[in-house]
Amino acid sequence: MKKKLVGALLVAAMTVTTLAGCGGTKDNTPAAGSDAGEKTENSTEAASDEGTADGDETLTVWCWDPTFNVYAMQQAEAMYQKDHPNFKLDIQEKVYTDIEQSLITAAEAGNYDTLPDIFLMQDNSFSKNATNYPELFTDLTDSGIDFDQFSGGKLADSTVDGAHYGIPFDNGATIMAIRSDMVEKAGLTVEDFKDTTWSEFMELAQKVVDANGVPMLTSSGGSEIVIEMLQSAGASPMVDGKVNLVDNAALKAAINVYKELIETGIMIDYTDWDQYIASMNDGKAAGVIQGCWIMSSIQAAEDQSGKWAIVNMPRLDDIDGATNYANCGGASWAVSSNCKNTDLAFDFLNSTFGTSVELYDELLPNAGVIASYLPAGESEAYNATSEFYGGQTVYKDIVEFAGKVPGINYGAYYNDIRSALTDAITNVVQNGADIDEEIQNAQDTVEFNISE
Amino acid sequence: MNKKKAKLSLETKHNLTGWAFLLPAAILIFVFCFYPMLQAIILSFSKKGTGGVSTFAGLANYSRILKDKTFQQCLFNTVFYFIIQVPVMLILALGLAQLLNNPKIKGKGIFRTLIFLPCATSLVSYSMIFKSLFATDGLVNNVISAIGLTPVDWFQNSWAARFVIIIALVWRWTGYNMVFYLAGLQNIDYSVYEASYIDGATPFQQFTRITIPLLRPTILLTAIMSTSGTLQLFDESVNLTAGGPGKSTMTLAHYIYNISFVETPKFNYAAALSVFILVSVAVLSAIQMKVGDKRD
Repeated sequence: MKKKLVGALLVAAMTVTTLAGCGGTKDNTPAAGSDAGEKTENSTEAASDEGTADGDETLTVWCWDPTFNVYAMQQAEAMYQKDHPNFKLDIQEKVYTDIEQSLITAAEAGNYDTLPDIFLMQDNSFSKNATNYPELFTDLTDSGIDFDQFSGGKLADSTVDGAHYGIPFDNGATIMAIRSDMVEKAGLTVEDFKDTTWSEFMELAQKVVDANGVPMLTSSGGSEIVIEMLQSAGASPMVDGKVNLVDNAALKAAINVYKELIETGIMIDYTDWDQYIASMNDGKAAGVIQGCWIMSSIQAAEDQSGKWAIVNMPRLDDIDGATNYANCGGASWAVSSNCKNTDLAFDFLNSTFGTSVELYDELLPNAGVIASYLPAGESEAYNATSEFYGGQTVYKDIVEFAGKVPGINYGAYYNDIRSALTDAITNVVQNGADIDEEIQNAQDTVEFNISE
Repeated sequence: MNKKKAKLSLETKHNLTGWAFLLPAAILIFVFCFYPMLQAIILSFSKKGTGGVSTFAGLANYSRILKDKTFQQCLFNTVFYFIIQVPVMLILALGLAQLLNNPKIKGKGIFRTLIFLPCATSLVSYSMIFKSLFATDGLVNNVISAIGLTPVDWFQNSWAARFVIIIALVWRWTGYNMVFYLAGLQNIDYSVYEASYIDGATPFQQFTRITIPLLRPTILLTAIMSTSGTLQLFDESVNLTAGGPGKSTMTLAHYIYNISFVETPKFNYAAALSVFILVSVAVLSAIQMKVGDKRD
């Protein structure tokens, strides 16, 4: 019997190994043999790197979207090469979750050799990683980049204790894209949907729903829109390092609005992203509230050209500081601590993403990158009208929205807060749970998650 | 005398050859399985101190488990999958194996292949397929409304979503277990059945009195493998439902991943949860062995 118990333990042990393998310790001594070998190898490599620093000007970059940020890096490379013929980028396309996992793994192992020189990080998790693993980043505060030229709401995500760790890249200003043809069918105009409050919006939206037989809004993954409402009121979920969900009037109002939107059928929620995108393209919804990067998905339905318009999102009723502006998503460039030639990296980033309106002008029409570099918003390219949106100067409008987004603080806990709010919202909408109770639960969960 | 000596040394030689063959695998298993496991266990007893140095934390990470509501939810989900899915799948697999073992059935090869085929699909791609099957306007809902019933929001409702995961698991793994049973069935001598037939046993009696007892070791094997597989369920939770709605379909393994890479990173706590799964699988397997194996 004893033998069998041991056998059972071994079988169990072997199968669980895959999970246990996630771990890693700072204590490298037992594996010294292999580690030491690796290290010497790398240090010689590093030495030769430094030795030829003048001749070899190659930087490694991690980013993820070939039509978007990879393309942007390629353009930046080409631009920088004009003055620096020896300069080269090694752009490695890596799915974002892989980038984040690689970074965290390197930090947990205390071995940074695997890191690239420059990487792109989602703003949602930037603060989490910069707070927990500052050793992954190079402080950019004194890199010569003028951070005042970037939109403040976005900059906050990559700033920890006053130190800048990231250069904001694309803009995630929240837009409400609506079908002008469906709105007109209800006897309304696009103008009516500008600068509304949620209660005004719901009144108007009901008419659109009745006239067209489709929901006014489509959404995916409930909590995102609640978080955007929260931001539009500048109601931080973290205040002075404490979780601020209970007694957060804006949060309660936002969940109530969400509940009402679903219950009245004004908004439909899809769990599946593809269905969500399809609902816009197939005319199964009259609009969507999302970060402005959603536009490339909307524009995929070429037959709907001229039938869309962009306005700002509704604001919460009776909440102090409520605005019609929020931010959703976007990413920032960071320089890793493994970067040997920081001067080159700083100069490259500064002369491209840090100052070059020309670069952003190139990226706007070709990749749809709406810059968070404020001077870019004043350039001619941004005044262009878009036929798809019925001749509206969409880019100019979005840059204007971006400038008005209130700052909001998640501390380093965006993902924890979002996950707890998703649970709360699901329970409220699916199971009719009490809102106050669910907010209390969410607060408890976040406090537990972030406690040591 | 000389002959005997030569024989002995030959035996030693054989033994040494055997060990030599075993050694590479054993070393690899030790380095890539047991050493990381050991490290994970050490990790689960430490906490991250200032300056990235790990310090001993005693049972702090384990006592945290008791207070964790998300953990309780995920444990409930995992145990639910385990209790419903494992018996359903094993009974189905046994039934199918019995049917396909019948020498009179034509085209057995094709049926066996078809039933085993799901097992050859990648976990991610089959999750995506189930996701589209059970989508709001997916095939399943189309069929349901075609026969006049109300379509179900499969992924918006906790129980419906758990049900989808169980269906997916059964589809993916039944064929796999069936193959084990088929192999087990071929090892049962046909004369045993003939003898019982002469004694007047009905097919049902043959199944319960001959097939099941003689298949016991195989059933035990599949039960233990399914138990450990279910407790470590990850891909379906991540890809099929993303743990949602809320966290109502999230498994323990998915939660461990989230603790490490999505939420505020707590690797020590994640390691403690992994050890918890390890112990649970060991205990459950030990129970199954005690109940299932009557050989001693």
